[in-house]
Amino acid sequence: MFARTSSVASIFPILVTIRLKSIKNIQKITKSMKMVAAAKYARAERQLKPARVYGNGAVALYEKAEIKAPEGVANKHLLIGVSSDRGLCGAVHSNVAKAIKAKIATLTGEGKEVMVVNVGDKLRNILGFLWNLVYYHDNNYLLLSCKEVGRKPPTFTDASIVATELLNMGYEFDQGAVIYNRFRSVISYKTDEKPIFSIDTVANSENMGIYDDIDADVLRNYQEFALVNIIYFGLKESTTSEQSARMTAMDSASKNASEMIDKLTLTFNRTRQAVITKELIEIISGAAAL
Amino acid sequence: MMAARFLRRSIPVLRQARCYADAPSGSSQMSFTFASPTQVYFKEASVKQVDVPTLTGAFGILPAHVPTLQVLRPGVVTVFNDDGSAAKFFVSSGSITVNADSSVQLLAEEAFPLDQLDVAAAKANLEKAQSEMASASDEAARAEAIVKALE
Repeated sequence: MFARTSSVASIFPILVTIRLKSIKNIQKITKSMKMVAAAKYARAERQLKPARVYGNGAVALYEKAEIKAPEGVANKHLLIGVSSDRGLCGAVHSNVAKAIKAKIATLTGEGKEVMVVNVGDKLRNILGFLWNLVYYHDNNYLLLSCKEVGRKPPTFTDASIVATELLNMGYEFDQGAVIYNRFRSVISYKTDEKPIFSIDTVANSENMGIYDDIDADVLRNYQEFALVNIIYFGLKESTTSEQSARMTAMDSASKNASEMIDKLTLTFNRTRQAVITKELIEIISGAAAL
Repeated sequence: MMAARFLRRSIPVLRQARCYADAPSGSSQMSFTFASPTQVYFKEASVKQVDVPTLTGAFGILPAHVPTLQVLRPGVVTVFNDDGSAAKFFVSSGSITVNADSSVQLLAEEAFPLDQLDVAAAKANLEKAQSEMASASDEAARAEAIVKALE
């Protein structure tokens, strides 16, 4: 495509000029998006530090007590995919969507029931497109979808709103996972999941016997709070990964744009010089003919 | 010296006969994590004792406490450091987990050191809340005012 354009452009320098101008504008936009993403990333990373301690504290119970849902039973699963509304951030949304798809496939293969909660419009678009295909079209997996995620940094209140709506839907799940992008460094993130369990699963788990003095009310409050904590943790990690991914994506876009600008500038100059040379030759040969 | 320090602490617990046989082999230190969504106050720190207000009553938690899960009530959390100093925090709600390996996770929805709270503002908020008959802010403001009064 580029070759075709350049052969056309070598006749009409005006086309090169138009293309050059539009690519320069795009480069300005991507550069500014990169700066904005860098600023948001710095803030998100700062907020991530305490959120990580908080989130790890929240799942500590599940890890230390080694809570597991009973195997082999037809469990109901709940998957919470955490992403955002906005694009231009690399593979962030598709990674989460791929992980959710893979989990749905394994779980339905084992005969378990699955429902999905989307946090973020992009996930709904990606997953919804897939669910319209024949493979999934009988099943409506979507339980809840959340919009307006990603414009402002997520707060604990946002996580509690998601958890409240989820619990109000009344879907009695036994276990599940929050699928999010865990932030590793500026250039790398990894799709990860944190387990969530229902009140009954926790209460009936074998190691819970050592925990003293727990009644149903306390456990329910504790579980609801833990759910909010895990969602909050997923949101915070996810935002940081998204902003860093957007930063790198916009950075490479700007670099690509500047490469194209260099190439086009060369073509433009060559074209211009060729036209001038042609006119000179015409003039000189015309003069020589006289 | 470790054994003597440890013995001092485990004897009162044993007298309650609620300690498990293998507890003495566990750590005599408490790994204490106290955080709110926006700030970390203690991260796996070693402290002597923590007093927490829960829905079922106020707890004092020492190392080798029996494992438990509790839900917090608005009130004051007091942390007694190893060197004897005490730090007080006001918490609005949250949860506390004491695990078998003597690690304690105190997760508060909102937590502030007491010296960051303003008595006058708290009292003004309390009156406003009472006149509005709001529920959560009422409890929180009332608890704040009570705490300040107690000090």
